[in-house]
Amino acid sequence: MQEFAQQLLNGLSWGSIYALIALGYTMVYGVLRFINFAHGDVYMVGAFLAYYIAHAVGAGSHPSVAAAALVLLGSMVGCAILGVIIERAAYRPLRRQPRLTVLITAIGVSLLLENAGQLVFGADPKFFPQFIPGRNLSVGGVVVTSHQIVILGVSLLLMAGLHTFVMKTKTGMALRAVSFHREAASLMGIPTDRIISITFAVGSALAAAAGVLVGLSNPKIDPLMGLLPGLKAFVAAVLGGIGNIPGAMIGGLILGVAEVLVSGYISSTLRDAIAFGILIVILLTRPTGLLGRGQVEKV
Amino acid sequence: MPKLVLEDVHVHYGGIKALKGISLEIDAGEIVTLIGANGAGKTTTLRTISGLLRPAAGRITFDGADLTRLKPHEIVAQGISHAPEGRIVFANLTVRENLELGAYRRRDRDGIRRDLERVFTLFPRLKERYSQNAGTLSGGEQQMLAVGRALMSSPRLLLLDEPSLGLAPILVRDIFQTIREINAQGMTVLLVEQNAHMALQIAARGYVLETGQVIHSGAAKELASDERVKKAYLGE
Repeated sequence: MQEFAQQLLNGLSWGSIYALIALGYTMVYGVLRFINFAHGDVYMVGAFLAYYIAHAVGAGSHPSVAAAALVLLGSMVGCAILGVIIERAAYRPLRRQPRLTVLITAIGVSLLLENAGQLVFGADPKFFPQFIPGRNLSVGGVVVTSHQIVILGVSLLLMAGLHTFVMKTKTGMALRAVSFHREAASLMGIPTDRIISITFAVGSALAAAAGVLVGLSNPKIDPLMGLLPGLKAFVAAVLGGIGNIPGAMIGGLILGVAEVLVSGYISSTLRDAIAFGILIVILLTRPTGLLGRGQVEKV
Repeated sequence: MPKLVLEDVHVHYGGIKALKGISLEIDAGEIVTLIGANGAGKTTTLRTISGLLRPAAGRITFDGADLTRLKPHEIVAQGISHAPEGRIVFANLTVRENLELGAYRRRDRDGIRRDLERVFTLFPRLKERYSQNAGTLSGGEQQMLAVGRALMSSPRLLLLDEPSLGLAPILVRDIFQTIREINAQGMTVLLVEQNAHMALQIAARGYVLETGQVIHSGAAKELASDERVKKAYLGE
């Protein structure tokens, strides 16, 4: 029981990283109906931005809450700008093209970011500065690390913030309208291109936060680190119901827990297989995902 | 003085010529209707006016301002509101949010509140459904919401695309009655309808479209008694 609680905690903390990345996939899918395969690489850039900011402010050698917050915010803002630039330069010119064209372009952007990352950051893994001291806390025999507390706390805060933004603000309302029907939204006077830019900014900032948080618990970062988590977060988004924001959160958490439980109780070599196993099962049995609703094809 | 003017507007859909030189005028305070068979170009005309489609040639002006190259949200800012075909209410949003989105560009809180009251007077049913998701409304209620939402931007010209589509006959009468009421309050209306009979009853003038061209136009009464129109579109 105690071991199970430990696995569950590890799984939730890992899953909240997937959830943060999955949100970007699902929000972009919501407004543009395509999978932004470059999203995992934005997460990688987020980790590297944090690496450089942390070094610049000396967060590794003199850890402080202010420095950690600065690293997190800096990386999020940087990636938000990157996301907006990617959308402007690569996707917006293709707005009236078939979705397949945009999808292929996204793969191109992904390759560009990975290779540019190797060029700029170097292909060797880098050690992520530990600007939050690692401490272990024991709660009833379950070990809680300070990093897990930060990961869970920051993810929860970000998801609550996102929920408020989407449900309570005028821009969030416009975002939901654009997700439902872009053309009808434009007839309301909503500048849909600007809402799409905002979507990319928010999604990319969340991916950056995931990159920073993952650096804390797995402090080895490299330019290809976004590949697998990116794919798995995509699975999480599909699991929850692509286009559905709470679905992405739940899908991410379920996937994280499933991975940790599988590697804990069955075999760690199956860890990566579980995500794609889930993808196959969900596509066969419930392609709209856990929370997604069947959509009537628009004429 | 004419408000909306279309001059020789051509629109292509891929390789298909959907509009082949449409010219029409709408004066302030009028109800003008576009009638014609499926595929005649009625909806395309509305979609072009509201900026969803770009004309390949021709010019569209509203109160003297050139709309031809503007984007849909900029055209809303010019005072044109379009209740699209098939209603397309935001089913995942509440009735309140749908109406608020109609007023998306406005900042005048008092004016928005007044217009909301006006919509509730026209459609009391929407007030009862205020906090419900729009997806739970009946077809008739969704049509009310689509028209109410279009009014919330406080437009000077209202484009209505098939407001009677799929409604029970009693609701069809209601919706036409409401359009007449809105018009009596001073709103200029461009109405696209399959139900040519009803449309010609409330409109001042009409244009008959066929394969992307205007083939007749005139006072609604004259069109309603024109033999060719009767035969082709009124089923008489």
